[in-house]
Amino acid sequence: MNFSETEDIELMHPGHVGCPGCGAVIAMRLALKAMGEKIVLVIPACCWAVVSGPHPQFALKVPLLHTAFETSGAAASGLRAALDMKGDTETTVVVWAGDGGTFDIGFQSLSGAVERNEDFIYVCYDNEAYMNTGVQRSSSTPYGGQTTTTPELQWKKTRKKNIVESLSGHRISYAATASIAFPEDLIQKFKKAMNLKGCTRFLHVFASCPTGWRIPSELSVKIARLAVQTNIFPLYEVEDGINYTINYTGNKTVKEYLKLQGRFKQLSEKDTYEIQKMVDEDFLFLSQKVKLRR
Amino acid sequence: MRQVLEGSHAVSEAVRLAKVQVVSAYPITPQTHIMEAIAEFCANGKMNAKFICVESEHSAMASVIAASAAGVRTFTATSSHGLALMHELLHWASGARLPIVMAEVNRALAPGWNIWMDQTDSLSQRDTGWIQLYCEDSQEVLDTTLCAFKLAEAINLPVMVVLDAFFLSHTYEPVDVPEQNEVDKFLPPFLPRINIDMSNPCSLYQMAPPNFYMEMRYSIFRAMEETISKFLEVEEDFYKVFGRKYGILDSFQCDDAEIIIIAAGTTASTCRQVVLDLRETGEKVGLIKIKMFRPFPKKLISDALSNAKKIAVIDRNCSFGVGGIFAQEIKSALYKNKNMPTVFGYITGLGGRDVTPKMIEEIYFKTKEEHYPEKESIWFGINYELFRN
Ligand SMILES: Cc1ncc(C[n+]2csc(CCOP(=O)(O)OP(=O)(O)O)c2C)c(N)n1
Ligand SMILES: [Mg+2]
Repeated sequence: MNFSETEDIELMHPGHVGCPGCGAVIAMRLALKAMGEKIVLVIPACCWAVVSGPHPQFALKVPLLHTAFETSGAAASGLRAALDMKGDTETTVVVWAGDGGTFDIGFQSLSGAVERNEDFIYVCYDNEAYMNTGVQRSSSTPYGGQTTTTPELQWKKTRKKNIVESLSGHRISYAATASIAFPEDLIQKFKKAMNLKGCTRFLHVFASCPTGWRIPSELSVKIARLAVQTNIFPLYEVEDGINYTINYTGNKTVKEYLKLQGRFKQLSEKDTYEIQKMVDEDFLFLSQKVKLRR
Repeated sequence: MRQVLEGSHAVSEAVRLAKVQVVSAYPITPQTHIMEAIAEFCANGKMNAKFICVESEHSAMASVIAASAAGVRTFTATSSHGLALMHELLHWASGARLPIVMAEVNRALAPGWNIWMDQTDSLSQRDTGWIQLYCEDSQEVLDTTLCAFKLAEAINLPVMVVLDAFFLSHTYEPVDVPEQNEVDKFLPPFLPRINIDMSNPCSLYQMAPPNFYMEMRYSIFRAMEETISKFLEVEEDFYKVFGRKYGILDSFQCDDAEIIIIAAGTTASTCRQVVLDLRETGEKVGLIKIKMFRPFPKKLISDALSNAKKIAVIDRNCSFGVGGIFAQEIKSALYKNKNMPTVFGYITGLGGRDVTPKMIEEIYFKTKEEHYPEKESIWFGINYELFRN
């Protein structure tokens, strides 16, 4: 892949109202570089609905349709239908939603759209909680994580929902994970999604949140990188819900990732061990799926 | 061409003739026949439109909102629970100033499950910024649906065309289905005022801080005010092509009436007959059918009732803790009248219970004989036997 050809494309204005070190802002900038300007974004309630700018400001250079929190899958379907009726087959519809809007409240409309195989790209930038409303847990919050609704000793004791597997169960044409710490891989996956037309494509982008995770903003990318290097957030792709490819195999321990973040500071050695076991088990399971490739 | 059509299909035919481009709907009794016929038109090429088979009414409304924002003509249909599920997005559609047209079949809300006629579903959406038009027969349903597109697109607000469950949706009547070329004369293609434009990237419906939000709401309020005169213009245009019009209110035998009955939907039809029968016996009774509920035609109502002594409002709905919703709105429309008529509010015919000519006659005589209503809301036809113990 030629990384330099995308470097010059800049579809974000210099100003936005995101927090310093916001992973979701880095993700948007990279994604826009990969996708180019022939796209229209659909954004539900989430941090990005704010970051993109209040009236009359706008941080992006591509059209953006805001939609209600739980409606992205449906709104993108309607938008696609309208563009088709207008004879605009050039423009790609791209949803840009948070984990809450994807894993939780918007899951129904996403599931419906994927089942209908609607023609758009759905991007979930995952910061593992409802950040817009002040860091409440979502079903994407990992085991062990503290949020304002899973505080202190009530830290989240259930696993993170596996969204890519849920959508693979729909036999979605293309689903992939990506990380802001692996920009080449991320850009390549967005380009691949852009080229696969006529079907629903899902990109799950890990996007750190200094405010919500209680980490220094300068560690935002490093921590995102560690999530991949520890196999906590493996980089992989699934085609047609069955053909798996792992893009990176990590070898670091989860402890290296957990210890840097305020949201995990209450975890004991034993808790960390339990998390390591879960991560190893999940990665093994994923590796087994790769072997089932057709 | 004159055809015998179900009320539901009067809607579907109008949607076909309006050349709607994106339709999205989710089935609920008694709305299903509307969407099934449209799905068939899309499948057999009678309509050049995309039909999105969404997984809920919520998604139906969300998808037509996005399609309308992209600048195409859109339609959806629902009823009862489906409408209630859409509530959040009803606000979205009007706030976004999108000319979406929706057929809404008046049906009761559970529990207990009840698929029959009741107005509470649509009336409880009165504050969402949708224009609401109630229909009395299938011809009116077809005509109103066509007018709804023109009105919505002129005023940039969504329109709900309301028809009674079964009494209208599933009843066959002769309907004049206009020719396409005539409809085209009346309804030109949709030209959006604002829409997603790839050559001019904008952020649509973005965050509106306190220094902008209020003006945005004020513009909706003003658009609602303009709707009254705009509707009359649209009806006049329609009349020129098709020779039919209905009015915002329909005053029937009201000129010398001392008591005026007020109703909406198919109930108005039954009232017409009762009024004629009572007139034969010398009673000075009239009827006002309310077609437009939002915006509420306050001035027209207060003028139309300026000479009446008493009025009897028939509400097939209830706002618990207050009373019948039409009665409430009418009272507030009357408060400046010099000769304030006495308002009798009757709640009856909920959940599909028949409102028969005999009942309407009884309502009339009760209103005539009583000097003043015993209660603000008179529940008419209650079987008190069921309340023993
Ligand atoms: C129906 C509805 N419920 C609740 C909200 C309030 N709300 C706005 S954004 C948000 C959380 C968004 O979380 P996520 O999707 O993870 O995006 P993030 O803010 O983390 O970027 C919530 C709960 C809403 N806008 N709509
Ligand atoms: Mg989030």
